[in-house]
Order: sequence, then structure tokens, then C-alpha cells
Amino acid sequence: MRLLGHRLSGGAAVGFAIILANIVAISFARWIAPYGEADLVGDVWAPPSGADWLGLDNLGRDMFSRLLFGGQTSVSLALLITALSFSLGIVMGFTAATTNRWIDAALSRLVDIIMAIPQLILALMVLSVLGTSIPVLIGTIAILDSTRVFRLSRAVAMNITVMEYVEAARLRGEKLWWIMRREVLPNALPPLIAEFGLRFCFTLLFIASLSFLGLGVQPPEADWGSMVRDNATAINFGGIAPLVPAAAIALLTIGVNLVVDWFLSIHGRAHGEGA
Amino acid sequence: MAEWDYLKTALAAGRIGRREFMSRAAALGVSAALADSVLAGAAFAAETPKKGGHLILGLNGAASGDSLDPATYTATFAQVLGQQLYNTLTEVDEKVKVQPALAESWEGKPGAKEWIFKLRKGVTFHNGKTLTAADVVYSLNHHRAKDSKSAAKALLASISEIKASAPDEVTITLESGNADMPYIVADYHLGIGPEGTKFDGVGTGCYILESFEPGVRARTKINPNKWRSDRGFVESVETLAINDTTARVNALISGSAHLINRVDPKTVGLLKNNKKVVVHEIAGAAHYTFPMRCDMAPFDNKDFRLAMKYAIDREAIVKTVLLGHGKVGNDQPIATFDPYYAADIPQYKFDPDKAKFHLKKSGFSGQVVLTVSDGAFTGAVDAAQLFQASAGKAGITLLIDRVPADGYWDNVWLKKPFCASYWDGRPTADQMLTVVYKSDAPWNESFWKRPDFDKLLIEARAELDPAKRKQMYHDLELMIHDDSGNIIPMFNNTIDAGASKVKGFVPTPTLQMSGYRATEKVWLEA
Amino acid sequence: MLPLVAQRVALGLLTLLAVSVLVFAGTEILPGDVATAILGQSATPEAVEAIRRSLGLEEPAALRYWHWLAGFLHGDLGNSLANGRPIIEQLDFRLKNTLFLASAAASVAVPLSVGLGILAAINQNGSFDRIVNIVSLSAISLPEFFIGYVLILLLAVKLDWFPSLSAISPEMSFGERLYDIALPAATLTLVVLAHMMRMTRAAIIGVMSHPFIEMAFLKGLPRWRIIVQHALPNALAPIINVVAINLAYLVVGVIVVEVVFVYPGIGQLMVDAVSKRDVPVVQACGLIFAGTYVGLNLLADILAILSNPLLRVPK
Repeated sequence: MRLLGHRLSGGAAVGFAIILANIVAISFARWIAPYGEADLVGDVWAPPSGADWLGLDNLGRDMFSRLLFGGQTSVSLALLITALSFSLGIVMGFTAATTNRWIDAALSRLVDIIMAIPQLILALMVLSVLGTSIPVLIGTIAILDSTRVFRLSRAVAMNITVMEYVEAARLRGEKLWWIMRREVLPNALPPLIAEFGLRFCFTLLFIASLSFLGLGVQPPEADWGSMVRDNATAINFGGIAPLVPAAAIALLTIGVNLVVDWFLSIHGRAHGEGA
Repeated sequence: MAEWDYLKTALAAGRIGRREFMSRAAALGVSAALADSVLAGAAFAAETPKKGGHLILGLNGAASGDSLDPATYTATFAQVLGQQLYNTLTEVDEKVKVQPALAESWEGKPGAKEWIFKLRKGVTFHNGKTLTAADVVYSLNHHRAKDSKSAAKALLASISEIKASAPDEVTITLESGNADMPYIVADYHLGIGPEGTKFDGVGTGCYILESFEPGVRARTKINPNKWRSDRGFVESVETLAINDTTARVNALISGSAHLINRVDPKTVGLLKNNKKVVVHEIAGAAHYTFPMRCDMAPFDNKDFRLAMKYAIDREAIVKTVLLGHGKVGNDQPIATFDPYYAADIPQYKFDPDKAKFHLKKSGFSGQVVLTVSDGAFTGAVDAAQLFQASAGKAGITLLIDRVPADGYWDNVWLKKPFCASYWDGRPTADQMLTVVYKSDAPWNESFWKRPDFDKLLIEARAELDPAKRKQMYHDLELMIHDDSGNIIPMFNNTIDAGASKVKGFVPTPTLQMSGYRATEKVWLEA
Repeated sequence: MLPLVAQRVALGLLTLLAVSVLVFAGTEILPGDVATAILGQSATPEAVEAIRRSLGLEEPAALRYWHWLAGFLHGDLGNSLANGRPIIEQLDFRLKNTLFLASAAASVAVPLSVGLGILAAINQNGSFDRIVNIVSLSAISLPEFFIGYVLILLLAVKLDWFPSLSAISPEMSFGERLYDIALPAATLTLVVLAHMMRMTRAAIIGVMSHPFIEMAFLKGLPRWRIIVQHALPNALAPIINVVAINLAYLVVGVIVVEVVFVYPGIGQLMVDAVSKRDVPVVQACGLIFAGTYVGLNLLADILAILSNPLLRVPK
């Protein structure tokens, strides 16, 4: 099997299958789920049975149904936030690395300042000024995350911009945007793609820690991270409730990263062969 | 229940064994939890306390800003540490009866406006000074001063004068009569320290402070000159701050702590299976509330309030949020074990039809927003979701607005039209009603204002005839039940737990940790 | 070379100053104040008024900032509003604890993850690579408090190898303290491992496409030698960066682990102070966190410059 002109490795096939299965399951949640998101169907933390085959949660709601509905919130939020933070972070990072040192200094300081303020204080400040709606949630996490992407992409791009081929492009009189896109981006891609695979997972969990602060998804809507949190104490008496959403996060993370690894390897090969 | 009392005496006297006690208790319909706790309490009745040993307490509610000044106590860690160091004039015992402590006896003048407390002789502070009436006056006035930050200030508001009428006698004069004065001075804020000091831990308590790291731990050791021989058995105590519920349970199971407070109802079953651990559970006076502001639409409409009261499934909330470790509430704050509990008030039940009837009568047809946070009480967000589900069945659209725990009491409580709140038990019915339901009470969380209620409340306070007083409280509770904006879905059990080698722990219904005084009551079996 | 480093240090200090203004202003605008926060539900208007007066909250903000900063530079952090004790007293011992735990976790996590990353890159797409990746990715899919619970359940409650509480105190010996923090350090290691490991692996694989690596292959060098000698030195910049981010996290982000293991660190102090609106304590903690961040980033910058010979000449 081939994709984008490259042979699909076994790992990548598994990764794509996991992602695809997740997308199908959560897109058709309304038809697949045996119960509604907020329906109380039985006892608290009832073990898995024929009807509720992943058991019930801390209020007696069907775990499987909540997993499907929660996936809609979690996956779409995490994708949106990660995409936003990467576009923002990469553009800023490359700009800092390829233009003059004043812009670099200004952007780096700005990011340093944002990163240096403890997150708890920052989150509470945002909360008190902007409130607790979903757009605020997306914006806040995206901006916080983009600072980390910025540092990484700047560090990688710095190394590349001093290479002979970029210098050559500069001397040819190529435009900044062209240099970023054609010379810097392809060479900086591997660490950035790897970072994307992890950020995605961190974002799933970060949404949960913020909903703990009251910023984020409103009950009874589910999200995977909060489902782990709400059911955590069940672990003490051997309940599987918190492991179910955790496994969902783990599975998707592994799937995404298998695909990331595939990108990494075709990227390496492509350039290696061309050299 | 005479039979139940008989059973308990028989057990204490050793006439029946544990197994027989449990089976007969079950036959009487006594809950296993209650029977268990009696059993735990009775097991030592025949034993003599053992002296010595090192006790480790694991308590929640500790913060790095904690201080030893009793005026600042707001959470368990400081409250329990404080009772190791300080004594109050009186104490409330396990049966919610007032008992002598630093005051040996007391007497109320007719009309209950003047109270005379006789002090115990020969009591010394940790610094060697002897206790006098001047110390008591100084310590009580600490809370009454104009710039006092004490949470007990309101409690003492009706006092017009406190004076040392003799070296060992304190006279308290009130603006209006209050038959409950001896209970009021038992409040844990009102610890007695030596005159002129800054309340830095020097008191008359059974334990002397050795070191205190706020938010981490405190170490205390036995007071060689303690005034009471029936308390203070362990040699040294370490009070550890363990704010995380799971961490406390783990500390107890792994032996890193001997006594812990506030056990999550969800882990009680697990602990009961553990031989090395005893769960101390008792039906409590603490309760959770959903106050609806009677001065804001749509809650200013009595029918709408009634619709809400019928639209909440209390049984389901007790079963799910407390896992049965609690009692269903009836929208009035007096607990069943209180002598002034009005037993004949009909219990609200989840009734979608009645709710729909009152909803229609109220003419309201929109949605209401319930603002909650787990900072209000543990499980508040869960309880709100159950409320949402049952209200939906009654045709009421309830939206949940979850907000941060941080700043909850500042920004939400007493401000939003509909939110969640909790109340710890108060030793007397009057205190509970005065603090939350009197029209001008600063914590009147449902903004319910009834002049006839206020009038009767003040009359009841000074009434010394028990039968008349009981009827008055009955009427007061009925008014709250029928009309007020407070929904009280449940009373939660007080659940502490200890290692099985910790003996002498008797739970009290009003406060955790045996009335915050577990430290000096327990001993360690080898 | 030296001027470049000096310039970075100067910029770091400037950043810190800007952060100090923001932390000061930010804590001032938080809704609610110490008066109501101290008393919580027990706050009555009169008690609140009394507390506010006793704290002197009426001076102008700019003046208070100046006094605060000047005091900070002299090592005088003022007193906590909540209990009136000097802040330095609590901060000192908690900061030491935090750094102790962070260094313990870092001294395991950094070599381990970089080492595993290199091995995974050498073994790219082999079974070792696969297993390390799946295990470390599963570890980060669990919230850190949950990893803590699982470790306590297995290693403290069931097997009784380690204590479930890590409430260390100054009088304990170094060995005792190290033993007590085994579980929180292990938790933190699991949390940061995957990130550093995957970045090391990705950075090395990224470099593998460069012509000079191709050259090395043509010379017939074994894969592991090429990676360690040629690819790794050229992949250092992103690795250093990610290590710095994770080290900073170990200092400022461990609040949850502190709560689960009852560890007296600085994170707990700040959370308490925020919830009680104990502004001087929040400000002191905030500035220390900011200093840590700026310091570590500075170090990462300088190391990145040193690691790349071409960068040593300023643009």
C-alpha cells in the first residue's frame, strides 16, 4: 500500500487504522452510542456487562457512550488547539530566526515573559478577564503552547539559517517567505512533527486540568481527560473506570505517533536519496 | 429506641459479644455503619488506656498560611492542632451535651441574660502562668474587638459585657437572653490563652507545641502539668498536612498515619475490608445546600421554589454522591439527632407531577442556571448533574455553570441567583438558624426574609421551658421547610478512620475527629 | 563569543524585570482579596473591612511595586498576609525541597531519556524502538496524579517498598530523604521521559538526511558510530531546548505531584497563597518561578550557541 507516493510501513498502517477508527467512532457517536451522554443507567462504577461493555462511570453513566461523545469534544478541541499553536509558533519562530536580530530579540523576550509567568497565575488572570467560554479555552491553550513551539522552531531554524544553502538563497535575493517555506521548513520538519505528536496528547490532558479550574468543557458534556480525573479514585479498589478513558488517550496518541514516525522516516529517506 | 440503648449498655458491660451485638443491631434495623462505630467505641470500655507512644494524624484543610491564633481557624488541620494546645471554657461531648472544661460549673440568671462561669483551680498554661479570670476575659475579647478578624465575632455579638467578677469567676452579660450560652463558649475558636500574649500556641491543652511548619506538619509533646487525668495518653504527636483524599487513605493503609479525617465515601468499602484499619462513621449535622435567592426572579416566586424542591431526586444524590453515607435532607437544617428536630414535617420526595403543577402555577417557563464548583463541597458538580437530570424529567431546564473553586466564596456564593454551599453542624439549633436563616444574618444565603421568623427565633432563644421551646423550634423549622429558598438535599456522615491499634476514638456528630479533640482522647495499643 | 553571552544575560535580566512588573500587576488584578479569601465562607463585611485596614492596601500600586522590588533585591520578601510570618522562612526550605526533588528526577530522567532516544534512533523502526516508544507514549497518556496513584498503590500499599508520603523534614539524612522521594521522583521521570526521548530520537533522525552523514555512510562507518559521533552533535540544539523546557517544568510544574505525595515544595506554597490571595507570597513565588525559567532558557540558548560553531559568529 502506498500513500503520498511512499510505501506505507506496518506501523504506519496500524497508526492510520487507529486514527481512522477513532474518527469514524466519534463522528457517528450519535448512532453508535447505546445511551445518551448524560443518561443515568445504573449503579456507580458498575463493572462491565453485556449491555454496558466498558462499565459505568462515577455517576452511573455508560462509559462507552461517554467515551464516544467525549471523543468528539476532546479530539476536535485538541486538533484545533494543536494546529493553531503550531501555525502561530512556527511562523513566529521562523520569523525570529530568519529576519534581523531586533525582531528576534523582541519575539524571544515576549515569549520568555509569557512562559515565565507561572501557569496558575496566568490561567486565573485570563479567567478573571475573559471568562470561561470555549473560544477562550482554545485561545488560551493555543497561545500557551505556541510559546513552546516557538522556542523549538526557532532553535531548529537558527541552525538551518546559517547553513550554506540558506546563505546561497539569501544571496540569490530570494524573498523571506520563500526561504522559510522552501529551505527552512523542510529541514526543520522532523523535530516539529515529533513535537506535534506529543503536543496533541498533552493538550488532551491539559483540557482536563483546566476544566478542573472551571475553565473548559461544561458538565454533563464529557472529555477524555476529565473522565480519567473524575473516575480516578476507583483505581484504589481495582475498578477499571479510569483506565478506559486513559487507554483511549493512549491508543490515539500511539496511533498519531506511529504516523509521525512514518513521516520522519520517509522524510529522512527522501533527502538521503536525493543527496 | 430503648432496645438499642439496652443493647449498647449490654455490650459496654461485656454481657454480650461482638457477633451477637451486630446481629441483634441488624435485627433492630440499625445501620451496619452505626453498629460498627458503637462497637469500635465500646471495645475499649473495659480496657484501660495505655500511656506513651507516637501518634501521627493525617488531616486535610492545611495551608501554608495557617496560624496558631484560634481566631483564624477555618479548616480541620488548624482546628485539631488548636485543640491539642488550647482549652475552651466548656466542651460539647459525643452526645452533643455540654460538659465542663476550664469552667468547672456555670449558672444562668433568670431570663438567661447573665451567665456566671466558675473557673477550675490550679490550671497552668504551658509557660507556667496560672489560669485566672483575667485570661478568660482577655481571650474572649480577642474575638470581640472592633478590628477583630475572627470568625467567632458574630457568635459573641449579643454579649454586652465580659468581666472578671472574682479571680476565678467570669460573668458574661448579654443584650438579650440566650439559654445556649454554655454551648457558645465551647466553640473551637474560643481557646483560652494567657493575658497579653499573641496566641502563638501557649494554652492549657494536653500537648505543648514543639515545632510548626504551616501547611506541612506540627509536632507536639505531652504536657507534664496537664490539668486533666482522663485525657492525654500518647507521649508525642505529629500532625501531618495531607490535603489529598487518596493520599490520606494511602497513608493510613501503608501505616504512615494512624488517624485520618474526611474519608471519601467511595473508599469506605475498601477500608472496611482491611483488618488493620477501623472506619469511624457517624450520621452528621453537616449538610449541603443549593440556595436559591428569594430576592431574584424566578426564585422570588414561592411556587417556583416548590417546583424546584419537588424536582430534585434526593435519594439518588445520597446514593450516588455519598454512596449511601448520609441522610436525605428535608430543606431544613436541623439534624435528626438534635433534641429540637421536628420529626413530623413531611419529607420532600422527587415528584415530577407536583413539580410540574407548581411550575405551571408559577407561570415561569425559561431555563435556570445553577452555578457550581467542587470548591462548594466535594461532589457538588456531580450532585448538580443529577439535579439537572431529575429536573429535566419535571420539565425544568437546568443549566450547569461550572466555575473555578478559586474565589468561589467571593464571586459566586451570596451573589449568583442559584449556587451550591455547605454547612458544618452547629451544636445548637439556635446557632444554625441564627447564622443562616435570620433575615439580617450576613450568611443568609437564600436571602429569605420573614419578620415573623426572626421574632419567634429571638423568643425561642430566651425560653427556658423545654416543651415550649421545642414547639417554637418546630414552627421555625416548618417555616424554613415550606418557604425558604434553601434546598437541602442531604446530610453527610462524618467519616474518619484510624489504624486498629488506635483505641478510644468516639465519633461525634457535630464535628470531625471526635469534636476535634481526638488527639487527647485516643491511645495506642502496642 | 563572550559579548554574545553577555548580551544574552543582559536580555535575561531585562525579561525578568518585565516579568516582575507583570507578576506584580497580575496578582493585583485577581478578583477577590485576601480579606475575603482568608475568611472564606465565614467572611462578614466588618471582618473583611478589619483585615483590609490592617494590611495597608491603600498605598498607590507603583509605590508598592518599588518597595517590593527594592526589598526583594535586599533579600527582604516581607511577611505573609495570612499568618504574618516572614516569607523567606517558608520559601527557603520549600525552595530547597523543590530543587532537591527536581534534581533527583532530572538526574535520572535526562540521561535515561537522551540515552533511550539515541538507542531508539540507532534501532530506528526495530523492535526496541517500537517498545520504548509505546511504553513512553502510554506513560504520558496518563495524567501525572494518576501515575502517582498507581505507583503508590503498587509500590507503597501492595509491596510496601517505598513510603506513600514524602513529607521530608530538614533533620533527615540525605539518604533518608532520597528514599522518601523515590516515588515522586519516579512519577516525574515518567512524565517527562517520553517528551525528551522522542525529541532526541526525532532530532537525530532529522539530521540523518544531511550530506555529511551520507558521506560517513559511504566511508563505511557503523550506524551507531555515525549517530553518536556525527549526527548527535548536530542535533543538540533542539534536544537542549526540550531538556530545558522539561527541567523548568520539574521546578515550576510539580504542584500536582506535591499534593499527591504530600511533599513540602514551593508549588503548594504558591497554590495556597493564590487561593488565600496572600499577594506577597504569590509575588515572591512568581518571581522565583520566573527566575528559574529565564535562567534555564538562558542556559539553553548559550549551550545551543556553543553547540553550533556557525552560530558562534553573530549575524
